[in-house]
Amino acid sequence: MKWSDKRRREEFPFFCYREEIYLDHAATSQRPQRVLDAERVFYEKQNANPFRGLYELGMEATDAYERARKTVQNFLHAQYAEEIIFTRNATESLNLVAYSFGCHFLKEGDEIIVSIMEHHSNLLPWQMVAEKTGAKLVFLECGADGTISKEQLDFAFTERTKLVAITHVSNVLGCQNPIEEVVRRAHECEAVVVLDAAQSIAHRPVDVVLLDVDFLAFSGHKMMGPMGIGVLYGKKKWLEQMPPFLRGGEMIESVSRTGATFAPLPHRLEAGTVNAAAAVGLEAAIHFIHEIGWEEIRSREEELTAYAMNQMEAIPEIHILGSKDPKNHSGILTFTVEGVHPHDVASILDADHIAVRAGHHCAQPLFAHLNIPSATRASLAFYNTKEEIDRFVDCLKPLRRKMGYGK
Amino acid sequence: MENKTFYHEILTDHNLHPAHKHDLHDADYVLEGVNPNCGDDIWLKVKINDGRIEQASFLGDGCAISQASADMMLDLVIGKTKEDALRMTDLFLRMIQGETTESELEELEEASVLQNVSHMPARVKCAVLGWHTLKEILENE
Ligand SMILES: Cc1ncc(COP(=O)(O)O)c(C=O)c1O
Repeated sequence: MKWSDKRRREEFPFFCYREEIYLDHAATSQRPQRVLDAERVFYEKQNANPFRGLYELGMEATDAYERARKTVQNFLHAQYAEEIIFTRNATESLNLVAYSFGCHFLKEGDEIIVSIMEHHSNLLPWQMVAEKTGAKLVFLECGADGTISKEQLDFAFTERTKLVAITHVSNVLGCQNPIEEVVRRAHECEAVVVLDAAQSIAHRPVDVVLLDVDFLAFSGHKMMGPMGIGVLYGKKKWLEQMPPFLRGGEMIESVSRTGATFAPLPHRLEAGTVNAAAAVGLEAAIHFIHEIGWEEIRSREEELTAYAMNQMEAIPEIHILGSKDPKNHSGILTFTVEGVHPHDVASILDADHIAVRAGHHCAQPLFAHLNIPSATRASLAFYNTKEEIDRFVDCLKPLRRKMGYGK
Repeated sequence: MENKTFYHEILTDHNLHPAHKHDLHDADYVLEGVNPNCGDDIWLKVKINDGRIEQASFLGDGCAISQASADMMLDLVIGKTKEDALRMTDLFLRMIQGETTESELEELEEASVLQNVSHMPARVKCAVLGWHTLKEILENE
C-alpha cells in the first residue's frame, strides 16, 4: 500500500471536525482538502462568468472550465471534449437524455428496457418518455443476489428495443451489471444504451470507448468532487442531433425576435451560467483519484468490505443483500436485522455517531421485487478504517438486545 | 446524545408486546395512516359509544417508534371521551414540537418517553403517525 491509513485520512478535513463514523458514501462521499481548495481558489483568483467576459479574466475563467472538461474527457477516455456536458448531477444528466433524446427519437411501439434495480433517477425519466411517446417500458429482472441472467436478457430484448437504461452498479446491492453483454445486444438491435455510472464512477475506471455506451451519467459529489456538478457523456453523433434541453443564455449563436440559432456542442446543451468552480473542483477530485490509483482504491475497498462482511455474517440475525463475494459490492453493504426496522437500526447506530442510510434507497421497485420492505445500508470508501468497521460491528451486535429481544 | 435514552424498555416493550395490536371486528371507524418515508403503515380501528372511545386497536407494520407510539396512545385514550382524547392528541403533537410543560408531560404518561423525538426530525413522522390518524377519525366523526 502506497498510503498509510493516517495519510489517507489527513487528506479529508471532515475527519478533523467530526467524530462520526461515516458509512454513507453511496449517498455522497467526503471531499479532500485539495478539492475544496480548487473550488475556493477559482472564486478567489479566477472568478468571472465564463464565456461572457471579453476580458483577460473572463478568458481565464473560461479556460479553467474548459480544462476541467478535458480532464473529464480523459478520465472517461472519451474521443472528443464536446462529448462531455456538464450538468448539476446524475439526475439532471439522465433527464437531459430522456427529454432531448428519448422524447424526440422514440415513438409508439418502441420498447425501453430498464433494469428492476434502477435508482428512481434512472426510472422516472423513462416512465415519462414512455408516457409521452407511447413507447413501452420493459423491465429487466434480476435474481436475489442481483445477477441478471442470460435468460432475463433474452426475455427483455426484442427487435422493438430502442433504448436501454441501466445502472453500472446497483446503489442497493453494490453488484456490477453485465454492461458489455447489454451493449452488445442493444447494438445488435440498433438500440442505444444509457449507463447510470453514479455508483461505479468512484470505484473503478470507466472507459466509454471500450464500453461503447451511447450515454453515461454521473455526479461529482459521489466521487469526492463538489455537490452541484454532474456529467453527461454522449456520443457526438447523438448529441449533435439532440435539440436543446434548456433554453436561454450561453447556448445560442444568435437570437432574433422570433427565433434563435443554437451554439455548437457542448454549449448548446449547457444553458445559463455554468458551475465553473465545481467543475474545477471535480477536476481536482479526478487528479486525486489518479494520484491514489485505481488499484489502491479497489484493493483497499475490497479489503474493508470483506472485513466488514465477515463480521456481519457472524451475527445470525443479520442478512446482507446481494452477492456473497465482497468483490461484487463496490463497498455497499445493505442489510436487514431480523425483527428490527431499518429506521430503528439507523437511529441506534446514530446514537453512537455512526452514519448509515435506511429506507428504500430510491429503488422501490427493487425492494418490491426482492420482497423486502426496506433495509439499512452501510457504504464504505477506501479512506474508512478497520477500527471504524470494528466500532460499527460492535454496535450491531447488541442491537437486537437493545430492542428488547432475548430478555 | 439525546437519543441514547430513546430505545429504552418502555418503548421496546410496547413495540415487541403491544397490548392493542389486534383486529376489532365491530369498529365504527377504520382509517389507514401511512408514512411513506419509513414505510410505516398502520390501520387504526375505533369503536365509539356515547361520545366515548369504548374500544380501539391498531394493525400494520413499521418502525418501533411508530408501533410503540400507537400502542401507548391507545393505552391513554381508550375509555376517554372524544374531547379528552383530542386534547391528549394535541398535547402529544405539541410535545413532539418541544412545546409542552413538565405537568403536561405527566399527563401523557408513558408516551412522554417519546419527547426526545423532537430532536430527530427524521423520526417525527413515525412518532405522530398513530396520533394524526386518531385525530382525523375523531375530528371527522
Ligand atoms: C445509481 C444512482 N443513480 C442516480 C443517482 C442520483 O444521483 P444524484 O442525486 O446525484 O443526481 C444515485 C444517487 O443517489 C444513484 O445511486
